[in-house]
Amino acid sequence: MSDGSTALPRWIDIGLIPILNVMMALVVSGLIIVAIGESPLEAVQIMLNGAFGYEEGIGYTLYYATNFVFTGLAVAVAFHAGLFNIGGEGQAYIGGLGAGLTILALDSLLPPVLVVPLGILAAGLFGAAWASIPAYLQAYRGSHIVITTIMFNFIASALMVYLLVNVLIKPGQMSPESREFEAGAQLPFMHEILGWFGIEVAHSPLNASIIWALLCCVGLWFFIWRTRWGYEIRAVGFNEKAAVYAGIRPAKMVMLAMFVSGALAGFVGVNEVMGVHHRLLLNFTAGYGFTGIAVSLMGRNHPFGIVMASLLFGLLYQGGAELAFEVPTITRELVVVIQGLVILFSGALAYMSTPWVTWVYVRLTRKSSVVLTGAT
Amino acid sequence: MADTDRLEPVDAGQVEVPSPVDPPYAIQLGGICKSFGPVKANNNIDLAVKQGVIHGIVGENGAGKSTLMSILYGFYEADRGTIRVNGEGVRITSSKAAIAAGIGMVHQHFMLVDPFNVLENIILGAESGQLLQGGLDHARAKLEHLKQEYGLHVDLDATTSELPVGEQQRVEILKALYRDARILILDEPTGVLTPQETKQLFAILNALRREGVTIILITHKLREIMAITDSVSVMRGGEMVAHRDTANTSREELAELMVGRKVVDTTGRGSVTRGPVRLRVEGLSDGVKQSLLDLDDLNFDVHAGEIVGIAGVSGNGQSQLLEILSGIRPFDTGRIVLNGREISPQAPIDPNEVRALKVAHVPEDRHRRGLVTSFSAEESAILGYHDRDRYSRGALLDHEHINSECHRLMEAFDVRPRDPKIRSANMSGGNQQKLILAREIDKDPEILLVGQPTRGVDIGAIEFIHGQLLALRQRGCAVVMVSVELDEIMTLSDRILVMFGGRIVAEVDGKDADEKMLGLMMANAHGEAVHGEGIMA
Repeated sequence: MSDGSTALPRWIDIGLIPILNVMMALVVSGLIIVAIGESPLEAVQIMLNGAFGYEEGIGYTLYYATNFVFTGLAVAVAFHAGLFNIGGEGQAYIGGLGAGLTILALDSLLPPVLVVPLGILAAGLFGAAWASIPAYLQAYRGSHIVITTIMFNFIASALMVYLLVNVLIKPGQMSPESREFEAGAQLPFMHEILGWFGIEVAHSPLNASIIWALLCCVGLWFFIWRTRWGYEIRAVGFNEKAAVYAGIRPAKMVMLAMFVSGALAGFVGVNEVMGVHHRLLLNFTAGYGFTGIAVSLMGRNHPFGIVMASLLFGLLYQGGAELAFEVPTITRELVVVIQGLVILFSGALAYMSTPWVTWVYVRLTRKSSVVLTGAT
Repeated sequence: MADTDRLEPVDAGQVEVPSPVDPPYAIQLGGICKSFGPVKANNNIDLAVKQGVIHGIVGENGAGKSTLMSILYGFYEADRGTIRVNGEGVRITSSKAAIAAGIGMVHQHFMLVDPFNVLENIILGAESGQLLQGGLDHARAKLEHLKQEYGLHVDLDATTSELPVGEQQRVEILKALYRDARILILDEPTGVLTPQETKQLFAILNALRREGVTIILITHKLREIMAITDSVSVMRGGEMVAHRDTANTSREELAELMVGRKVVDTTGRGSVTRGPVRLRVEGLSDGVKQSLLDLDDLNFDVHAGEIVGIAGVSGNGQSQLLEILSGIRPFDTGRIVLNGREISPQAPIDPNEVRALKVAHVPEDRHRRGLVTSFSAEESAILGYHDRDRYSRGALLDHEHINSECHRLMEAFDVRPRDPKIRSANMSGGNQQKLILAREIDKDPEILLVGQPTRGVDIGAIEFIHGQLLALRQRGCAVVMVSVELDEIMTLSDRILVMFGGRIVAEVDGKDADEKMLGLMMANAHGEAVHGEGIMA
């Protein structure tokens, strides 16, 4: 039986529709830019140039994208289990804390070749542990995970302020930051890595975390679509009753999915704390956890889509900063508006254009008049 | 056929001159086409229904009946074709437009708000005015009149969820009549009714026909078509293949038209000697804590090599029983011995262990339990068995093997299309069911628990599924079959247990069962007073 929904080919579903959504956001943004008396085309040019036009800009774009890959994957894996993890922000924060604590404790004791992996591991474990509390409350106590993960963002934030102001602050300074890590415990920057091979590029915060992010993409794809656990997570996410019928325990899968999700979000701490700042500090998560929701939605919860969406949001962050810098009338706030519009159209309104596209697709394909017998 | 010009959809404003033919037509459809992507759900459909008749539409699942009715009721818009209601060309773009044209629909799954009372449900969406009270009073007066006129007895102040299914259906009919429907579409109205309730429904339909209401009855039960309709149309594969006056056709002819070939009755059951007891249920009760018993002191045995059919109107505890036996649901008191393993509230069991005991389970609701609709067929084909060594290498699923296994199952059970990568949701109901049966039967179970084996399945596939169940019995499997289809119960069962209100109210030998007797037992006419008025009318 036809259920009224026409199945669109994949290239439309995961390619054309997201692009259309971004275009719509850009059109609306363009109208706003026209309204304040600037040229939208020029603005787009400045943004693109700022993001991809020169080496340092590319470095920044990829650095932002690294964070979005982590948080986007985190949202995606929870989503496959039917969960909406809005706590990426807090999990990233606590992940950074884990990395920081581990390195502060060990960087003068152990060689770098041990400290760095331990730092990465700690970031994942701390993030996972932080996500496990709402997961437990959802799985065994029925507290809705959307509510609890939001609340845990605030708890994480308050905890970090307390720790940095009262415990971890480097004595004798005003700003709430820890001491800097030993040089060996810092992840190398990409310009350093490329330098080893004799390739000279401009300096940027882009560091070795991006390699880890890409490994996580491949790993997560494998986990979700090739392992038994991924199968069980998806079964629970799509159809919990069928999962129970199959002998899968949904509570266990909720715990597992959130554990993995929290670990992925925690890796933002690897990029920020170990890769860029080389110390513990406040507010390094900067909203990456929340943007991860839009990234995941736009990337259709698939690692490849998430990489693409992360690049787009990296472009928006880096190009947007450039735009605010270059055009005085386009303020920082207006750039946030543009970013917000993209999130709105590709996140909240992600499926708005689907009916129109379906309509057009059906009209176009009917022309070629494919006759199929009702093999229903 | 309908004398319609098949040019353009007619605008609502463009009034056609009603041709004074005798008797006039309530509905005339001309050249209706509707495609979903490449699938032509309706291809050039013509249909004419005279005023004041009961017109049946039959066809297998996927024949396009529901699509056609959805077009008539404004859920979909046709790609091409004309619709005339009482001779006037109309464009029905929404259910609102359908209601305005005097068309009402009673859906297979009722569209009622459970905690509302009957009156509130009926005026829902037609409240008139900002304050509720005025509308309610007006509606009550009008409904009392309607109830009188058509003999539709329902207590307007009863809470909807507490009404028996048959009465909920009357609420749906009243809802349509309240909106001044003169053309009533009923989609599989008898699927959830006992034979007695069906009889009452037909009495109501007859009363409506006497008052000049036109009724379109969609069903796959040919017996009902023969019993009540004046004329009938047959659909197959998205096309209208025949129109007949009911008086001039037969069940055999209609079945042949539906399937497109001769249908052979293959109920050669053969005899099997009963083996040892495979399943024993003793004093099983559930729902004790809620003070309303879902299951009340069940006792029965099932032997190897027999099919025990559990008959009953849905919602009398059969579903709970299946869930308990398959380890999905715990229970309060009693004891079950499942292939040697003793199960009690103190020693519960989970679905994995049930499977390990060589017990297979084909659940009642294939969409919500039997498979994951967004999984590929091959992924659905290992559901419940994905932990087995044959499907996995360590933590990884062995996709190559899963694929070839799925292909083998599809061959063996004639699942179409033979594409292990197809999304489960894109398979038809019958093929989904065959895939689930293949998955379960392939494990060579010693006990098979099966719920509604042929619900929503084509006639051709029903034959096949029944054959498989009988073959399983032949091999010495103990089969527990829950079904609301009496024909199915009577065809297959060696013994029949009838459930009512969570109890087993009767046990009948399969050979001695007849429909009337089972129907009375299902309504518990022998036992206590039945809730709701007029059930014995």
